[in-house]
Amino acid sequence: MKEKTAQSAHWHASIRIVIGILGLWFFVSLGCGVLFRDFLDESLPPVGGAPLGFWMAQQGSIISFVLLLILYRFLMNRLDKKHGLEDAV
Amino acid sequence: MSQELWNYLLIGLSFAVYIGIALRSKVASTTEYYVASGGVSSFANGMATAAGWMSAATFISMAGGIAASGYNASRFLMGWTGGFVLLTTLIVPYLRKFGKFTVVDFLGDRFESTTARLVGVVCAIFISMTYIMGQMRGVGLVFARLFEIEVTTGVLIGSAIVFFYASIGGMKGITYTQVAQYIVMVFSYTIPAVFISLLLTGNVIPQLGLIGNYTQDGAEAAVPLLEKLNQLNTELGFARYTEGSLSQLDMFCITAALMCGTAGLPHVIVRFFTVKSVKAVRSSACWTLACIALIYLTAPALGAFARTNFMNEVNESAYTDLPQWFYNWEDRGLIGWVDKNQDGILQHQAGEVFEGRVPEFGTERGPHGERLLTNTLSENENEVYYDRDILVMANPEMAGLPKWVVALVMAGCVAAALSTAAGLLLVLSTSISHDLMKKIIKPNLTDKEEVHYARLASFVSLVIAAYFGINPPSAIVAKTVAFAFGLAASSFFPTILMGIFFKRVNKFGAIAGMVIGIGFTFSYITYFQFFANHSNYWFGISPEGIGFVGMILNFVITTIVSSLTPAPSENIQAMVEEIRVPNGAK
Repeated sequence: MKEKTAQSAHWHASIRIVIGILGLWFFVSLGCGVLFRDFLDESLPPVGGAPLGFWMAQQGSIISFVLLLILYRFLMNRLDKKHGLEDAV
Repeated sequence: MSQELWNYLLIGLSFAVYIGIALRSKVASTTEYYVASGGVSSFANGMATAAGWMSAATFISMAGGIAASGYNASRFLMGWTGGFVLLTTLIVPYLRKFGKFTVVDFLGDRFESTTARLVGVVCAIFISMTYIMGQMRGVGLVFARLFEIEVTTGVLIGSAIVFFYASIGGMKGITYTQVAQYIVMVFSYTIPAVFISLLLTGNVIPQLGLIGNYTQDGAEAAVPLLEKLNQLNTELGFARYTEGSLSQLDMFCITAALMCGTAGLPHVIVRFFTVKSVKAVRSSACWTLACIALIYLTAPALGAFARTNFMNEVNESAYTDLPQWFYNWEDRGLIGWVDKNQDGILQHQAGEVFEGRVPEFGTERGPHGERLLTNTLSENENEVYYDRDILVMANPEMAGLPKWVVALVMAGCVAAALSTAAGLLLVLSTSISHDLMKKIIKPNLTDKEEVHYARLASFVSLVIAAYFGINPPSAIVAKTVAFAFGLAASSFFPTILMGIFFKRVNKFGAIAGMVIGIGFTFSYITYFQFFANHSNYWFGISPEGIGFVGMILNFVITTIVSSLTPAPSENIQAMVEEIRVPNGAK
């Protein structure tokens, strides 16, 4: 029974992590790169010679994706350990 | 040493490596054939997945596409990288824990239904087949340009090589070959970009060059590169480079459809079955995206550089004073010039030079030595036609880089096409031998027979792919990309996702959702691509983006139908709980 509770707690915590990661994912790509692009281009400071919205669409979003996956990996591995669900090496 | 010699040397050398690797990793068992016994390190798997992911089309056409359409092309950049975030957080760790060979296995077992399996097999075959046809064409074209042979011969040579190492080495052979191919690709993409960035902006790192100043007119006259590009574009009547011409809704839908489609492509998902554990899936996904990002972050820089170079060197130049690369590509029929105002000078402006898609060259030469076109000319003043695909290949020549760099780029193009074709071929043959033969038609197949069927299936698929590579239904190949991603987004992605995250979803919901999602997407694309001669899209959503709507439809239908029909059995619910637990993956 104890194992079941650990599994269920792990599952709920991992859903929170996934929702958080995907929230950021949406914001940096479809948000900054598409929906709010005009605002970012016009009202916020540019990145070097590139308007911010354009830069987010062609560079910033991709960099963020890589960082998000690294963060996901870190959080999930820590969660596995916390609930004693990691693989024995 | 001549250019031809360099080409032969570098491509020959890379082939020797690929074949050598395949021979070393000869396989016997089905597990090894399909998933390389799970014994591939995360980093190696990351590079291999990245190589398989970046097709000839991505490698050759993406930078050209960015050069031609500026901001609009961001949909590919974000779509094809952002999909990996969905894939990693929602799909692959759970499917790896499930621990079978194919994506269709999951659908069949999770929804306890041969119908679901069958729908899955049909989708997998269709998606992989449309994809692989384009690859074989790509291989053929590169070979043809390189060695001055017929495209037909090029396709045949390419097919023979792919068949050889895919069927001998299985997944393990493919994986290690793809690692080698990734290394070739990354060098051949970044080295020219670094040189060109130095020339145009004085910056060693192309990504900094993109946001840096254009310094070729001297340090005092330095302006940001993108501003320079916007100026050039505006002067010549094109849309501003940093602004798009697509509507925001369409841009949103296309990007989202590409993202979700990426997360549902069977040949990508199956790559993550080759690592040891769920933990290894996570790190493998990080490496994959990092490897892809390296090339995807370079592409926008390369695109902007190529565009600037091309306009600077070509527009308002006399034909007789052009750099050598222009004549080379004109000879191969990929650049054309029509002297509409008869002044001997090239005017490059917005608009199509002629009616129709492809240039048709006559045998005669014009008064300045240019090749004459026989197409019907358009009314506008644009005189210069160029095939976008040449930008990556011609870039090193435009920048006057050494011959070995040009040869390296060629080797990279071939590597990109071969690596994707081999991975697809494996998924295709597995779908037929495992999902169709073993699981549906002939359940008592032995392991050994199954591998035989897999090899036979890959041979047959390759023959079909080669046939279409030689005789492309020309208008169709370009349009099939919309199909592959739209179908994956509206079928595999939502169905697998709900299969993992919602225990209550049952076979009736899944089948109804998949059939209606695909049916809708398929009909919409087919109608607008092949039957309608107008483009009054619903709400302005183009066929490329309709997969997103199909996906929402799938989610809604699956939820409604599942809630009206009985819950899945205890066994299935226990299985779903089991795959959510990260440890103990076999």
